[in-house]
Amino acid sequence: MSMRTRLGAGLAVLTVVLVLFALWLTVDRPVRANAGDGEDYASPLEVLLSPDGARLYVLCQQSEEVRVLDAASYAVIRNIAVGRVPRGFSLSPDGARLFVTNSWDDTLSIIDTNVLAVVATWPVGAEPSSVIEDRAGKRLFVANRISNDVAVLDAQTGVEEKRLLAGRGSSYLTLSPDGTKLYATHIYPNPSPHRTQPESEITVIDVARAVVVNRIPLHAIAGVFHIAFSADGRLGVVAELHPKNLVTLAHLEHGGAFEDTLTVFGADVGKTVEVPLDELERYASQPFGVAIAPDKSRIYITSGGSEMVTVVDVARLLRFIHAHAAPFVQDLSASANYVVTRIPVGHNPRGLTLTRDGRRLFVANRLDDTISVIDTRTNRVTSTITLDGSKTISALRRGEQTFYTARYSFQGQIGCSSCHIDSTFDGLTWNLEPDGFGRSIVDNKLLEGVKDTEPYKWTGTNPNIPTECGPRTEKYFWRSENYDNLTLADLATYIRSLPLRPNRWRLASGELTPAQERGKAIFERAVDKFKKPIPEENRCSYCHSGPKGTSQKIFDVGTRKPNDNTGLLKAPMLTNIALTAPYLHDGSARSLEEIWTVYNPDDKHGRTNDLTKDELNDLIEYLRSR
Amino acid sequence: MMKKFFMIAVLLLAGTTAFGAPTAAAAPQVPAPHVPKMPLFRFENFTTANGLPNDHVYAVLVDGDRIWAGTDNGLAVYEHHAWKTYTTADGLAHRAVLSLALDKRTGDVWAGTMGGLSRISGGRIDSFTQLNSGLSNDVIYSISIEGENVWIATAAGACRLDLHSNQWSLYNERNTPMVEIWSYAVSATPTKVYYGIWGSGVLEYDQKTGRWDKYDDPDGENEIVLFKDQGLIHEIVTSVSYVDNVLWAATYFGDSHYDGRYWHNFLTKDSGLPSNFTNFIKGVDAKRAWFCTDKGLAYYDGVNWAVYTPSLKDGTPQMTVRDAAGKVTPITVTTALAHNYILGIDFQGDDIWVATAKGLSHGIRQQQQGHKEPSS
Repeated sequence: MSMRTRLGAGLAVLTVVLVLFALWLTVDRPVRANAGDGEDYASPLEVLLSPDGARLYVLCQQSEEVRVLDAASYAVIRNIAVGRVPRGFSLSPDGARLFVTNSWDDTLSIIDTNVLAVVATWPVGAEPSSVIEDRAGKRLFVANRISNDVAVLDAQTGVEEKRLLAGRGSSYLTLSPDGTKLYATHIYPNPSPHRTQPESEITVIDVARAVVVNRIPLHAIAGVFHIAFSADGRLGVVAELHPKNLVTLAHLEHGGAFEDTLTVFGADVGKTVEVPLDELERYASQPFGVAIAPDKSRIYITSGGSEMVTVVDVARLLRFIHAHAAPFVQDLSASANYVVTRIPVGHNPRGLTLTRDGRRLFVANRLDDTISVIDTRTNRVTSTITLDGSKTISALRRGEQTFYTARYSFQGQIGCSSCHIDSTFDGLTWNLEPDGFGRSIVDNKLLEGVKDTEPYKWTGTNPNIPTECGPRTEKYFWRSENYDNLTLADLATYIRSLPLRPNRWRLASGELTPAQERGKAIFERAVDKFKKPIPEENRCSYCHSGPKGTSQKIFDVGTRKPNDNTGLLKAPMLTNIALTAPYLHDGSARSLEEIWTVYNPDDKHGRTNDLTKDELNDLIEYLRSR
Repeated sequence: MMKKFFMIAVLLLAGTTAFGAPTAAAAPQVPAPHVPKMPLFRFENFTTANGLPNDHVYAVLVDGDRIWAGTDNGLAVYEHHAWKTYTTADGLAHRAVLSLALDKRTGDVWAGTMGGLSRISGGRIDSFTQLNSGLSNDVIYSISIEGENVWIATAAGACRLDLHSNQWSLYNERNTPMVEIWSYAVSATPTKVYYGIWGSGVLEYDQKTGRWDKYDDPDGENEIVLFKDQGLIHEIVTSVSYVDNVLWAATYFGDSHYDGRYWHNFLTKDSGLPSNFTNFIKGVDAKRAWFCTDKGLAYYDGVNWAVYTPSLKDGTPQMTVRDAAGKVTPITVTTALAHNYILGIDFQGDDIWVATAKGLSHGIRQQQQGHKEPSS
C-alpha cells in the first residue's frame, strides 16, 4: 500500500470516527446532575446498614448506583444501577427490599436484597427524595420535593393511593420507633407574608390511617433535613438552618447569616426546643444528617459545610434545656454545655448511620467519594473507605467542593450552599449590605441554567460569574480570604455546569397542553384585546426572549419599591420558574399570579390588565412549562 | 344584580327574626301507630352562649368525631366537647365561612369563604384567593371534592383545582353553557359533576368526555309551572346533590329530583315541603333527601315527609309527618332546631347536624319502640 493510499485510508477512518463522535454528541442522552467533566465520581449521599449489620448500602448520587459493601471488610459486593440522581433510600422492615428514590426521573427503584438487583421501577411524584415502608408492609410513603407532598403508595404494587400535603420542598422521612407515626421535613420554608420570619414544620402522619395528624411548627427555620429518634421514642432531633434574613447581611463578624441548629422534641424534652450547634469561631455549617446512639447517650450530626461530625451528649443537652429558659439559639456559648467533640471528616459529609451496637458510625462524604468510619468510643475516624471511581480531582469537582464548603467564610460560618440548598435556592429574601442597610431587598434565585445569561445580580451589575462569585462574594459574604484565581475559576466552572432539572409541567411529548398553548399565544402577542398594538418593550416575549426566557437586558417594569436603589432590573430567566416562589426582585409577589394581580397596576410589567382571569391562568400555565 | 342583593339580604338578615333557641329536654313521645314512622330527634343546640363564635352558621360538616361549623365569624370545630375557632389570624381567607367540604382520603377540610378558599390540613391553613392563585372569585358558595380535584362554585363562575398539578381550570360563560356565572352549588363524583347556577339552571359536566350539558326550567325565568315534572323546577338553583345516579336540585321556588330520564318536582302545594324556598339539599340515596328551607328542615323518605322546626309563631318545638295520602299529623316533641331558617345539614351515623341562621343543632336520633328507621 502506497503512502498516499495509507494516508487516504487513515483520513477516511478519521472522518468516520469524527462523524460517529459528532453523532454521539447529538444523541439525546440523560444529563447527570453534576456530570460534564467525564469523571466517574460516585458522590455518596446516604448510607445504611442491613438489619443483620453485614452489609453497608451506599447511595451514590452521581454514579446513580447503590453500592453494596461488606460492612466488615468494606469489600464491594455489588454495584446496582438505579434511576437518575437518586436522593434517598431505605430498607423494608425485614431488609428484603431496598427502596430508592430517583429524583430526576420521578421513579422508585425496588431492589431485591437477596439477589441485589432492581426488580421493579415505579413512577412516583415530582422529585421523590425519601421513601419509607410501614411496618406492616402495606404502604410506602414517598416525600416529593417539587409537589410538596408525601405520596402514599401500595407497597406491593406501587399504585399511588393519595398525596398528603407536606411542607414546601418535602424531602426527608423518618418513622417513629414504634412505627405508628411518620415524620416529614422540607427544605424550603412554607409561604408566609413578605419579610416575615420563615416558617417550617415537621409534618406528622398517622401511619395506620395515612393522614396528617399534626404539624410541629419550626419558627424562623428555613431548611429542615434529617430527623432521628431515640430507640425509646422519647427524644426526637432534627437538623435545620436558622437564617437571619430579616436583618441586613452585613459582616459575618457582626452576627452572621445563619444559626446551624437542632430542634429537639418528645417526652424527654416536654416541648419543642431549638438549640445551637455553633460555637464562637467554630460553626457547624449546614447540618444535614443526624443519628442517636442506641443507648441514647449521644447525638451525631453531620455538617456539610464544616466537613465534620458534631457529637452531642444527650444527658448534658437535656440538663441544659431543662435548666435554661429558651430561646438560646443565638447564644454561641450554649453548645459548649453539650457538644462533646467535633470530628473532622471528608468533603461535604451528608448521610450517616450507626451499627446496631452503636460502636461504629459511617459517614458519607459526598464530594470525596469516601465513607468515614468513626469509632464512637474514641470519637475518631478509624478508617476511610474509598469508593471505586475516578481519583482525579477535576476542575468541576473542585468547584463543587468550593461551592459546598464553609471554609472560606469568616469563622467558617457559611458556604454558597447555605443559601443555595442542593445548588438551588432557599425561598428567602435577603438584605445585602452593599446595597445599603435596609435597601434593595433581594429574592434568592435558582442557579440552574445560569450559564450564558449574564449580566448577573437582579440589577444586572455583575458582568459575569467570576465577578458575581469572586470579589462580591469575598468582600460582602466571606469577609475572610480571597479565592485564588484557580479556585474562583473552578467555582465558576461548577456554577456554569449546573443543568436544569426536568420541567414537571411540560408534557413528556414536549407538546404544550391546550392551556399552555393559549398562554403561549398571550406571551407572544403583539396586539391587546382591544386591537391596540402592544409596544415591543411591553410584550412578555421581548424582555423574556430566548431559550431561557431572558433577553439579558435591563428594564424598568414598575416594580421599584421605596427602599429600592433602582427600578432598573435585568429580565430574569423563566426556566423552571414554577419552583422558585416568591417572585419579583424583592420577593414581594408570593405567587406568579400576584406579579400581575397585585404588582402590575400600570401594565409596565407586560400588557396584562386586559386579560380575563382565565387568560391570566393560561399565561401562568405556559410560564410553568418554561 | 338584584338577585344577588336579594340573596345576600336573605342570608344576612334571616336570623334577625329568630326565636330563642330551645335547649335540650326530655325524649319525644312515640307517634300514634297509624302515622308513618319518621326519624325522631332530640335536638341539642349550640350558639355563642355555649362556644360557637357566631350564631349565623352557613355550613356544617361531620368529620368523624369532629364537627366543623362555618359561621359568620370564623370556622369552628367541635371536638372532645369543646369548640375551637380558626380565624383570619390563623390564615383563614375570611371570617365568613360559607361552605365546607372534606377530602375523605387525606382528612383535609376545605372552607369556602367570602374572601377566598382555605385548606385546613393537620392544623395548617393555606388560603387561595383571586389575587394569589388561579381562583376565579373570592366568594365561594360551595365546594365538592372528587379524587384529586377540588370543584368550587364561586360568584364568578366554576373552578377546578387539580391537586396533582396545581392547575386551575375556570368554567364560565366562555366555555360552558352557563348564562349567568353566579355559581351557587356543586356536587362532584367520578362520573358527573353538577353545578347549580343562580339564574342559569343546572350544569352537568361529564368527566369522561369533558363535555358540559345544561338543564333549564322549561318555563324559563317565569315563576310558573305549566306542566308538572316537565323539567327543572326553576332557573335559580341554590343547591345540588348527586347520589346514586340521581340529581337532587334545590331552588327558591321548589325542588327537583332527576334520575337521568325523568324529572320529579316538589312544591309545597303537592308535597310535604314546608316552603319552596330551599337553601340546601342533601340526598341520602336515590329516594331519600333532606331539604333545608326557610321554614324548617324537611325529610323525604320517598313516600312520606317529616318537617322539623321551631314554631314560626312562638318558637315552640314542632314536628309534622305527612303520609302518602297527604294527611299531616303533628308529632309531640319537646326540643327543636335552633332556628327555622336552615342553611345546611350533615350526617353523623343516625344523628344529624344542622346549620341554621341562629345556631347549630345536633339532632340526636331517638329510637321509637318496636321500630327502627333506616339509617341516613
